Amino acid sequence: MSAPDGPNSQPEAAPRTQRGVQDWRVAGRPALWVRLQERLVVLGMFLCASLSVVTTIGILFVLFDNTIYSFTGGSAFFQREEVSVVEFLTGTVWHYEDSKYGVSALICGTMLVAGIAALVGLPTGLASAVYLSEYASPKLRRILKPILEILAGVPTVVYGYFALLFVTPYFVKPVFESLGFRVEVFNALSAGIMVGVMIVPMVCSLSEDALRAVPRSLREAGYALGATKFDVSVRVVVPAALSGIIASFLLAISRAVGETMIVALAAGNMPQVTGNALGPVQTMTAYIVNVTESEVAVGTAEYESLYAVALMLFLLTLVMNIISQAVMRRYREVYQ
Amino acid sequence: MSGPQQSSPIFPPNSSQSDASTTGRGSSLIGNDVGNRRRRLGWMFEAVCGGAAWSSLAMLALLLVSIVFLSWGRVNWEFLTSYDSSVNPAKAGVLAGLWGSFWLMLLIVGISVPVGVGAAVYLEEYASNTWYTRLIRINLANLAGVPSIVYGILGLTAFVRMFGLFDPNGFVSRMVGGNVDAIRLAGVKIPLPFGPAVLSGALTLSLLVLPVVIVASQEALRAVPGSIRHASLALGATRWQTIRHQVLPASISGILTGVILAVSRAVGETAPLVMVGAAVFYRRTPGRIESPMDVLQNPGGLVHAPFDDYTALPMTIYSWAKEPGADYQQAAAAGIVVLLAGLLLMNGLAITIRNRHESKGGH
Repeated sequence: MSAPDGPNSQPEAAPRTQRGVQDWRVAGRPALWVRLQERLVVLGMFLCASLSVVTTIGILFVLFDNTIYSFTGGSAFFQREEVSVVEFLTGTVWHYEDSKYGVSALICGTMLVAGIAALVGLPTGLASAVYLSEYASPKLRRILKPILEILAGVPTVVYGYFALLFVTPYFVKPVFESLGFRVEVFNALSAGIMVGVMIVPMVCSLSEDALRAVPRSLREAGYALGATKFDVSVRVVVPAALSGIIASFLLAISRAVGETMIVALAAGNMPQVTGNALGPVQTMTAYIVNVTESEVAVGTAEYESLYAVALMLFLLTLVMNIISQAVMRRYREVYQ
Repeated sequence: MSGPQQSSPIFPPNSSQSDASTTGRGSSLIGNDVGNRRRRLGWMFEAVCGGAAWSSLAMLALLLVSIVFLSWGRVNWEFLTSYDSSVNPAKAGVLAGLWGSFWLMLLIVGISVPVGVGAAVYLEEYASNTWYTRLIRINLANLAGVPSIVYGILGLTAFVRMFGLFDPNGFVSRMVGGNVDAIRLAGVKIPLPFGPAVLSGALTLSLLVLPVVIVASQEALRAVPGSIRHASLALGATRWQTIRHQVLPASISGILTGVILAVSRAVGETAPLVMVGAAVFYRRTPGRIESPMDVLQNPGGLVHAPFDDYTALPMTIYSWAKEPGADYQQAAAAGIVVLLAGLLLMNGLAITIRNRHESKGGH
């Protein structure tokens, strides 16, 4: 927060300056130990706040150190002879038993699941947001909002269990086998549907914030021109909140890409470039879990490959988050 | 806005039958049938949006009903008080997972509350608008979007293995000239690196929820009116005295609500625990404390527990859900019932605190 809207910056308060602590004193100098205590407390809190930066640096260091260039001894993934960066980025086969690391196979699985999740979650979330912001009475909102909060608080391992032991056997299998398709126990569709369900509360609450930020005057102008509630919602409010909605979509897709437990349980462990949602795939996150669980020896190329995949995952989600924040900042500037 | 009016004279190709039959095309379209069509469209749109909103209730109901159904008859005292079993799935219980999750929760609160609240107080009360504080704020927003499994990898490397510094031929071993595998601190043996201990898991999950705790605490601090601070400062209190005796007590319920929600999120997280080595089919509790009574007989266990191996409730559920066989699947559903009941309890607590605070009229 910038100085003008800080809690201490009302006119009566002493002005905040770059040197901070010293200048708010009004009366005479407090005792030495009090001043010392103040300094120590500020230092401690400064370190607490800095921990978040240290965390980010830690993540970047760990991923870089094990993927690109090793500072801590041993050799990083791309420093190994059996691994080539070009093959990693362009290859389509991921089979670490014979050193084939084509990350496309994992990205394809990730995108398939995230795509299905987007098809399920984004429209549902946006429609719910429109309903909550434009149609629902305050009473209905008081019922629906807590339900969405509960849904947002359900651990993802529960969704994974549900995808594997309910959605697949009681929904996906009967429906698609009656249409003549072959449905595997582990399939991208069930996982994608549940990831979609998981992102609904997030899309809904972020989109609703954006919709409610649209000034009343715009809606009233629409009504004054004889527009119906439908016209106002679809042609005035949603377009006006579009950047916020897009930001919420991007955040939700990034969440879907990074989701682990649902896909680890329900989507299978078959890295392949495929468009078949009824068969097993392997996402980047599921691969990381799979390598960890298979107790591959530390220091081997297979083991280091999980850092390379994690780096891809981190960069992918980071880019989506940054774009989303940039879009969000733009819409805030328009209406506030 | 001109859509309906413009399109109506030329829309016979996709007009519905009632439009075509009630009036002749072309004439008097501004009248009833455009209105009817628009009303119908509006009604359908509202129904679709309402359906989407209510579908989340249906989803929640379906989820809960099916899981209770799948777990039926399994959630009982024996399930809560027996260990996991890899040979007898019908007897597998969640005792080790419950205690593991309990210890995780305790340590997460102990780590993330002081650090999170401290960071929030710094950002809200002290920080001036420098490039560094701006960096911290942007960074917090980005950290909240990092997938939890990436935190797991950080925890695995930084806490469980400690970058291999203590490996037989790692940096520290070479410096000291021998193997270092533990240090003693006030009589407690702390393994180095931490290995797959409760502390590794708790540190990892604390980093994961820290952005949530910080943002919630910031909001709570921001809600404290400036007049309280001014009054305290005007009476000659120092800035820290003001924060400690006025601002923090005034914002405690908001902070508490945020902390409980953050911790309940951490307790349900599974992916980072898989990475930092929570055990599967594990038959021991941290510090060998199996019931509150054990604390009296074995108080040393309390000190050793954070450095012990462990498993956690969501980890147990995950390992069961992966096993084939109806018994494990029923056990997994029962484990989910226990986990959800615990989370519901915590969320209920948070809501109670929030409501009590609101009914007092803020501050």
